[in-house]
Amino acid sequence: MCTVCGCGQGETRIEGQHTHSHGDDHDHGHEHHHHDHSHGHEHEHHHHDHSHAHDHDHGHHDHSHGHTHGHSQAHEHTHHDHAHHDHHHYGQGPARAHAPGLSQSRMIEIEQNILSKNDAYAAENRRYFSQNGILTLNLVSGPGSGKTTLLTRTLQDLQHELTLAVIEGDQETAQDAERIRATGVPALQINTGKGCHLDAHMVGHALQSLQPAAGGVLFIENVGNLVCPAAFDLGEAHKVAILSVTEGEDKPIKYPDMFHAADIMLLNKIDLLPYLNFDVEKCIEFARRVNPKIQVLQVSATTGQGMDSWYKWLRMSRELRLLGTGFAAGQATDQEQELRTVK
Amino acid sequence: MHEMSLCEGILQIIEAEAEKQDFSVVKRVVLDVGSLSGVEIPALEFAFDVVMKGSVAEQASLEINQLAAQAWCMACAKSVTIENRYDACPDCGSYQLQVSSGDEMRIKELEVE
Repeated sequence: MCTVCGCGQGETRIEGQHTHSHGDDHDHGHEHHHHDHSHGHEHEHHHHDHSHAHDHDHGHHDHSHGHTHGHSQAHEHTHHDHAHHDHHHYGQGPARAHAPGLSQSRMIEIEQNILSKNDAYAAENRRYFSQNGILTLNLVSGPGSGKTTLLTRTLQDLQHELTLAVIEGDQETAQDAERIRATGVPALQINTGKGCHLDAHMVGHALQSLQPAAGGVLFIENVGNLVCPAAFDLGEAHKVAILSVTEGEDKPIKYPDMFHAADIMLLNKIDLLPYLNFDVEKCIEFARRVNPKIQVLQVSATTGQGMDSWYKWLRMSRELRLLGTGFAAGQATDQEQELRTVK
Repeated sequence: MHEMSLCEGILQIIEAEAEKQDFSVVKRVVLDVGSLSGVEIPALEFAFDVVMKGSVAEQASLEINQLAAQAWCMACAKSVTIENRYDACPDCGSYQLQVSSGDEMRIKELEVE
């Protein structure tokens, strides 16, 4: 990086964040400057980086080592550009010009999402699902909402019609995966150990061993937790939030992040409504407050009430998923059978 | 929520940058955190010290820019500031709000040596 103005790598944008567009203008201006000055001085540094001629970030790398001409305080001030940054005084801080040989701090602009690593894995998973015409649903809920019961019922009812697979996430034990495998559907258990949520990396690994069939439906049952799984994209098509009427109608606003992230909410255990003081309308209103677009279906996994509309939603989501892929909705099962025999 | 894993994410990014940009000491880490990101700031600060131990950022101070959340009120047809996802429009009381920002969780910049 440029030891004079501290601008070299400091301008690196790791992700193409477009939010600070005027910052980019400055970058380009800078680069030209450096080009002018550096060719003469710094030939020995050029050898690392020939291949990066077109990459602005790396371009900075090449040209920036060891310049020590003192013209650049002016540059720094041009970087006072982000409004919410008024307390970072680049001009007087450590990023300023230093005499050679002294300890030297510099600012590096990162602009990178903390969860970007997870998001990159999620994007990879999503690409895999899309290439293979797999509808993936991330089932999220608090512990005890009846998620596993709802899932096993769904598997039993649909496994002769659709090709299904399950990834089970729990902190410990393989009990849930065993419950699922008892239905005849392939399942893989992930134990998160200390973790409070599944992440896209774990799911990517699970996909390698589970190899869910093309054109099918993959359910990912997340760790029972209404907080953390909301922030971790797994590459799924939809998050499905499950809330049971024994939990209290204000859960959607008590745990708004989760209901905001979900596309559909299944209100489970409605067979128990006669015994409870649970205001269904109120609950739906709360859910819509945090997510005006959320779809709500009322079901009972035990009695089967309302499950038909959930299955209808599933079938239609799958057909939407298959549109534009090589997998025609009706043929998926055959195709999948074929794939299985090949394996 | 999972401030510990967020800090591990921060450390991974720092370590990748340290290699790429050739620095060995991080003196300051600046984060942007939106008010709807679900991040508990005191928990993050606590986890930060613990997770950075023994790393290039062991001595780093943590600076957090807290960003207010914005939403588009369909009734007023303008952008308003909200505190929670379930808030009504502070002007007209409508819940027809489209949240437009507030879930930021990113490393803004690093001061390094």
